Amino acid sequence: MSRVLVIAEHNQDSLNSSTAKCVTCARSFEAETIDIVVFAKEGDQIAAQAATLEGVTTVIRIDHPANEFMLAATLAPQVIELAADYTHIFGPSGTFGKDLMPRVAALLGVGQLSDIMDAETAFRFKRPIYAGNAITTVETSEDHVVIATVRTASYAASEQTGQAVVETRSLSADLPKHTRFIELRGDAENKRPDLQTAARVVSGGRALGSKENFKLIYQLADVLGAGVGASRAAVDSGYVGNDLQVGQTGKIISPDLYIAVGISGAIQHLTGIKDAGTIVAINKDEKAPLFEIADFGLTADLFDVVPELIKVLRE
Amino acid sequence: MTEINKILVCLKRVVDYNVRVRIKPDGSGISLDGVKMSINPFDEIALEEALRIKERNEAKEIIVVSIGTQENQQQLRSGLAMGADRAILVETTEKLEPLAIAKTLMALVNREVPQLVMMGKQSIDDDNNQTGQMLAALWDRPQATFASKLTFKSGTAVATREVDAGLEVISIDLPAVVTSDLRLNEPRYVKLPEIMKAKKKLLETIPLIKLGIESTTQFRSLSTEPPPQRPKGVMVSDVPELVQSLRDRGLV
Repeated sequence: MSRVLVIAEHNQDSLNSSTAKCVTCARSFEAETIDIVVFAKEGDQIAAQAATLEGVTTVIRIDHPANEFMLAATLAPQVIELAADYTHIFGPSGTFGKDLMPRVAALLGVGQLSDIMDAETAFRFKRPIYAGNAITTVETSEDHVVIATVRTASYAASEQTGQAVVETRSLSADLPKHTRFIELRGDAENKRPDLQTAARVVSGGRALGSKENFKLIYQLADVLGAGVGASRAAVDSGYVGNDLQVGQTGKIISPDLYIAVGISGAIQHLTGIKDAGTIVAINKDEKAPLFEIADFGLTADLFDVVPELIKVLRE
Repeated sequence: MTEINKILVCLKRVVDYNVRVRIKPDGSGISLDGVKMSINPFDEIALEEALRIKERNEAKEIIVVSIGTQENQQQLRSGLAMGADRAILVETTEKLEPLAIAKTLMALVNREVPQLVMMGKQSIDDDNNQTGQMLAALWDRPQATFASKLTFKSGTAVATREVDAGLEVISIDLPAVVTSDLRLNEPRYVKLPEIMKAKKKLLETIPLIKLGIESTTQFRSLSTEPPPQRPKGVMVSDVPELVQSLRDRGLV
């Protein structure tokens, strides 16, 4: 008899697919009801998108000027007001959910479970620890509401075949003014599919050698219609912005095809791509650790084979 | 210039990041026997930032805190050697869940009344990423998680946060909790004279029970196992073979 509330992640225009993945997690233990709450400045579009997700009963729409920016300090008191109706409250395990859900849990005086990757029952979950080098099975007390983040790379998005009811509500929570949004800076150069949700991703590493050379990665990505990622070394070297970083301390992704170019494959990078469908590694160094988990490896100079790959794929 | 009286920095004792962890054969957890332990790297970054704030004359005192057994003195001494002014060990043999840790830190916040509490965004053992946010909630104060830049101006802090969409800049009132991301700074190396000097600094031990914290557990770990392995792949000899392989799988 689980009643699950999923906190929608969005950018005020569109619903992030992470929300649909949280719904899939709730469906996996056959929750009795699954509701989505949309906090936004004006959430009509996002609520409509959320209502199409299979398995969802009700979409709760809460519009407030303060919800223009998804700040944990302003969202958490609003979530608390809804909490009494639910046995589970889920958020996605990206930076949005990780910022918010512990704050929600502490306000409710309960613990929080991070990165659910598998639900054996409504109260027994698997989650990664030690950067994914071990998986632990955890049972939570049924006396407490389960506040958790769902590891989005572990779940497919729920289909868009649903017809949930949208219900507009207003809340009375006092919202703090001690936290103010100033700006968000993204990678303006990157007009490609979103790294987190792209079906194909091409990533470049330190071996690219410069920001200029990194254009090769963009070219290959464009031929494939792929998103672009990078290793931590490439980000630290300034070839691309931090929002493109793939790995334990960046984005954890699960595309159908992942092509790693000039990335040796530090543990922290491998953690971010382990759930990819097919992994291709291109590296000059035949001892690169990435070859150990790649489905297809090619030992070669990237500056020779990437242009050739672009040419062959274009044909 | 000085705006911040005290910065409380939390240091968790964890398996050193260079150690390849081993899972106990009976699946009861991670083997910690004879394993090198260190300050959680993200916490070390938080301490480095606190020290830099003090060196810019924007803070007066840096206090490092750790929760655990007497063995945690090692990490506190390392923190003192890096430059912290004094240390507090909250002693317990129990393994506390993040909420209990946050409550313990809240008790220390009430005692020390710092303007800023800093810690890593997560520890590299349990990877929970919760304690800072929970403390901020209990304290009813702002949080700036995943910080990669931090400056201060007239009672407020401006933090750049590494979020999935890029870099988010927020302004928060003090007191507040800030959790550090990787790119906030690169921690300093400690030199021998500082290690000697650190031995003379104050390290206070407080039993957990004295703070009135009850350790309740909500989560029970049933088993720990290695992650599923990916099947061994194949090496291809050239680009045409690679493209053919991908075509066979319907990927290009």
